Amino acid sequence: MLKKTPFYEFHLKNKGKIVEFAGFYMPVQFQGIMPEHQTVRTSVGVFDVSHMGEIEIRGSDRWKFVNYLTTNDASKLELNQVQYSTMLYEDGGIVDDLLVYNLNERILLVVNAANTEKDYQWIVKNRKFDVEIMNVSDTIGQLAVQGPQAQAVMQKLFDWDLEEVQFYWAVETKMKDVPVLLSRTGYTGEDGFEIYVDRAHADDTWNMIFDAGSEFDIQPIGLGARDTLRFEVRYRLYGQDIDKTTNPLEAGLGWAVKLDKDEFIGKQSLMEIKEKGITRRFAGFVALEKGIPRPHYEIHADGKNVGSVTSGTFSPSLKKGIGMGYVAVPYNKVGTRLTVKGNSSFDAEVIKGPFYKKGSRR
Amino acid sequence: MANIIDGVKYTKEHEWVKVDGDTATEGITDYAQSELSDIVMVEPPAVGKKVKAGEAVGTIEAVKAVTDLFAGVSGEVVEVNDKVVADPSIINKDPYGEGWLYKVKMDDPKEADGLLGAEQYKELIEKH
Repeated sequence: MLKKTPFYEFHLKNKGKIVEFAGFYMPVQFQGIMPEHQTVRTSVGVFDVSHMGEIEIRGSDRWKFVNYLTTNDASKLELNQVQYSTMLYEDGGIVDDLLVYNLNERILLVVNAANTEKDYQWIVKNRKFDVEIMNVSDTIGQLAVQGPQAQAVMQKLFDWDLEEVQFYWAVETKMKDVPVLLSRTGYTGEDGFEIYVDRAHADDTWNMIFDAGSEFDIQPIGLGARDTLRFEVRYRLYGQDIDKTTNPLEAGLGWAVKLDKDEFIGKQSLMEIKEKGITRRFAGFVALEKGIPRPHYEIHADGKNVGSVTSGTFSPSLKKGIGMGYVAVPYNKVGTRLTVKGNSSFDAEVIKGPFYKKGSRR
Repeated sequence: MANIIDGVKYTKEHEWVKVDGDTATEGITDYAQSELSDIVMVEPPAVGKKVKAGEAVGTIEAVKAVTDLFAGVSGEVVEVNDKVVADPSIINKDPYGEGWLYKVKMDDPKEADGLLGAEQYKELIEKH
């Protein structure tokens, strides 16, 4: 049984093309991936991300427990601070990547839609200490307002300065009369906010944001552009770029792993992996000629197969094919010439950092 | 609803074929362009290439998907639409007109008779 987000009717009204995604009816596009992508890069767009899962951890030992569950150091979080992290299996494979919100009397874990139930079961199974675990996903609607004009739009709905909310910080407040959790976070490389509301307030929330945004020609954005936008700033996508067969060290997520903190699930395996040495690494590459990397295309170098593509797309900003995937060391080095082989064969070059570097994120 | 025009034949793989004497013009249907959306690269077969009906002869890349281009009829490619190669978004805007892909000098001008008519093609896409 597919679920509808609380904003579903708006998607129909806006003539969104609806597809099944992670158990939900979701809009994949409205006017088209290219114009929507441009809207977010140059102005402001709104994503319905209500499919994301939200799991609440309460109780006096919540920090201890979350620190045991996740790889980043949750004990460093101040009240209302947000952290990117991963959850691992004992063997170091990734259960999920997630955001950890340290809120008043609770920690909120925001997880990938397709993983919500799996994550919840995993968390319950590994429960320790004095904590309460609740899957509150079905009670929450979530919108992401993203783009260089995002703050200008959102500022109209608050009588205090939104500058106070810095990147990866949150606030529990009221937007007009609606209680919201607002954070300066996103998945686009642009400045922007994510807004969590009780489902009951979904209509008001949508209308308020679109009224405030009308002078900026604010537009709804589908999953298609969400993918090209995240891709250009090289954010990994669970299920494609990372999964239970990949570990965060080879995935280039070592910055979200703190091996010097207390015990956490997967720590032992990661220490061993690190000691043995990493044999493949996640790399980003740009097509040097006509061609678009697609998932499962082979990656060759020096006449041998050195990896495969996990994500690939046409970059609307760069106007060329871009790809990511695991590449055998040392072919992951910046500047290495690769040959990508799929429906067509073309040369590509490993590049450093995000594909698109001019985002307004801060 | 996808636009289906009269006066052309259709393949099961969503190409259209318009026959004029012994020359066939081929392109992809409105349904195909709308399913792909945002076409960004197209590689039709080169002039001089011999193509065989039903064979993959090129590729079409959209932002999120890649698909093979199948020949509707057999023969030799005599012309390629360089305009759509330079700006593939034309296919999204006008799939049956400016968005044509290539022309074939047919081995057998009657071959296209075996392809789908507008009614049959309509039935096919309604099943999707």
